[in-house]
Amino acid sequence: MTPTPARTSNSRAPRGNATLTRIGFGIGGILLLVVVWELYKALGPATGVMIGDLTILPRTTDLAMPHVWDMIGRLFEDGGTGRNAVPVWLAVLRASVFSLGVAAVGWVVGVVVGLALAVLMQRFRTAESAVLPWIILSQTVPLIAIAPLVRRWGSQIEFGDFSWENWMSVAVIASYLAFFPVSIGALRGLNSPDTIHVELFRSYGIGWWKTLFTLRFPASVPYLLPALRLAAANAVIGTVVAEVSIGLRGGIGRMIIEYAQQASGDPAKTWAPIFGAVAIGLVAAGFIALLGVLLRRYRRGESPA
Amino acid sequence: MSEASVSSPEPQPAAPAAEVRDVEVPAVEVRGVDKIFTGKKKATVTALEEIELTVAPGEFVSLIGPSGCGKSTLLRLIADLDTPSTGTITVFGKTARQARIDQEYGIAFQQAGLLPWRTVTANIELPLELHGVGSAARKARSAELLALVGLSDFADNYPDQLSGGMQQRVAIARSLAESPRLLLMDEPFGALDEMTRERMQTELVRICAETGAAVVFVTHSIPEAVYLSNRVVVMSPRPGRIRDILTVSLGSASERGEQLRENEAFFENVSKVRELLHGEAPVGIRGVETR
Ligand SMILES: Nc1ncnc2c1ncn2[C@@H]1O[C@H](COP(=O)(O)OP(=O)(O)OP(=O)(O)O)[C@@H](O)[C@H]1O
Ligand SMILES: [Mg+2]
Repeated sequence: MTPTPARTSNSRAPRGNATLTRIGFGIGGILLLVVVWELYKALGPATGVMIGDLTILPRTTDLAMPHVWDMIGRLFEDGGTGRNAVPVWLAVLRASVFSLGVAAVGWVVGVVVGLALAVLMQRFRTAESAVLPWIILSQTVPLIAIAPLVRRWGSQIEFGDFSWENWMSVAVIASYLAFFPVSIGALRGLNSPDTIHVELFRSYGIGWWKTLFTLRFPASVPYLLPALRLAAANAVIGTVVAEVSIGLRGGIGRMIIEYAQQASGDPAKTWAPIFGAVAIGLVAAGFIALLGVLLRRYRRGESPA
Repeated sequence: MSEASVSSPEPQPAAPAAEVRDVEVPAVEVRGVDKIFTGKKKATVTALEEIELTVAPGEFVSLIGPSGCGKSTLLRLIADLDTPSTGTITVFGKTARQARIDQEYGIAFQQAGLLPWRTVTANIELPLELHGVGSAARKARSAELLALVGLSDFADNYPDQLSGGMQQRVAIARSLAESPRLLLMDEPFGALDEMTRERMQTELVRICAETGAAVVFVTHSIPEAVYLSNRVVVMSPRPGRIRDILTVSLGSASERGEQLRENEAFFENVSKVRELLHGEAPVGIRGVETR
């Protein structure tokens, strides 16, 4: 779980030919998936593959496994009647943008909280031994359990023009999942400068805060980037799941449930919001990759392992 | 850098400066210092015992001794990176702590310790930047220092693009950035090959002559200590004590060139330090003029 600098080498800023090769592999991977899907659908038994009572491969009916081109085609047809009379792709796009926004808020809050905790733990040894066990324990509480709690507490918050809304509960839950890798990764990163560097700053008579910003934060970047990537993935998952458990409308989580209920009559449509969820994940990952490129100066020390 | 642009007063030859030193405030004064480390389970290590040492301004003093005799510990005490268990240390008449805060010394360790995300120039400018020196002044100073250590062509490179010896030279340039009157160096050439090492030694002698800085220099190499120093402090381990102090009179810094290494007096001093290190008590070494 703990992010290490070595991981980031997988996503090291690619250059020139390497970029093309990577894109090629990416497209190849997707094509391979499509081919395997269609091959199994064409050749596999309609009832699926069973061992005893256990289904180990799904049925190949159109209901369970629609054709890839049907799924894609469905994106460009209308989603329903009345309010839903827009192409499915547009509905999915709107829901994705909404969920991405909520996830982004959750990510930012999670990152701020995680960094603050890491700084606190770096500064005070006692804080580390007092807070760290709680941080780890916090992640063992199931999401389903905290969702109603957050919603109930949130609904009691009201002052002036501000009133708590459901999307804020979802963002809070996303941040709850996002802060964990950040706090752990950042703590390791902040503690990563060599003794020689710390003593050098001491010999310059530089205080803790200035050392934090000129030495510890730059040195923590190789640890922070994989943590931020994990946090982004957690924020997206947390948002989608929390949308369902809190019952927030407008996002991709709710859409997955709604479309799944229509699966028997319209199996290809079920997949549309799933593509949306994948797209959100890709955007989030792309954002972190961009961050990595912007911060590449601070990643020179990374081991190529 | 040419000799003409040296800003300090003319390099003081070591010998005539001796009389002046008595009235001057010493660069480093170590009085009755013990250092006891308390480890786990109350186990204690006496790293230093009854250390008495005075370093005059502009003087080059080497600390030499077997591994674990407390050389690094003594240097770290002077730098106020650690505090003595008993005794006092003053640097230019101030407490070690005040001297650190006032930036009275520059320090270089065995590893270069450059920040990997900063260019060579930015690494050299680090102390200046941290102490709020303006960017124009920083630029001028780093250019000057790069020329001094012969790395002007590598100003915009990152540390990982340099060899170990070049990194070490950057670290030395960085330690000189604020023109300290005292340089503390802990085996700065330890990681270098013999050829680079000798060249660096010659450069260091020249730099010290140009800047007039006092140096406390930790080393494992006898010839290095003899070549560089005005005085060599020989230490013995467990507990770490000063066994003897040998005055090396090989002429002023500016007179020392490569040919010195072939010199008769040089070899004489080398063998004296060796005898002291190996614990035999050579008769009448102390105070004997070697010329
Ligand atoms: N932080 C510390 N805690 C406990 N003991 C220490 C500490 N630092 C040094 N020592 C002990 O003090 C003694 C002197 O250490 P020091 O590093 O000063 O030796 P040294 O002369 O520099 O050796 P070397 O030549 O190998 O660098 C050693 O016995 C070491 O174990
Ligand atoms: Mg040492």
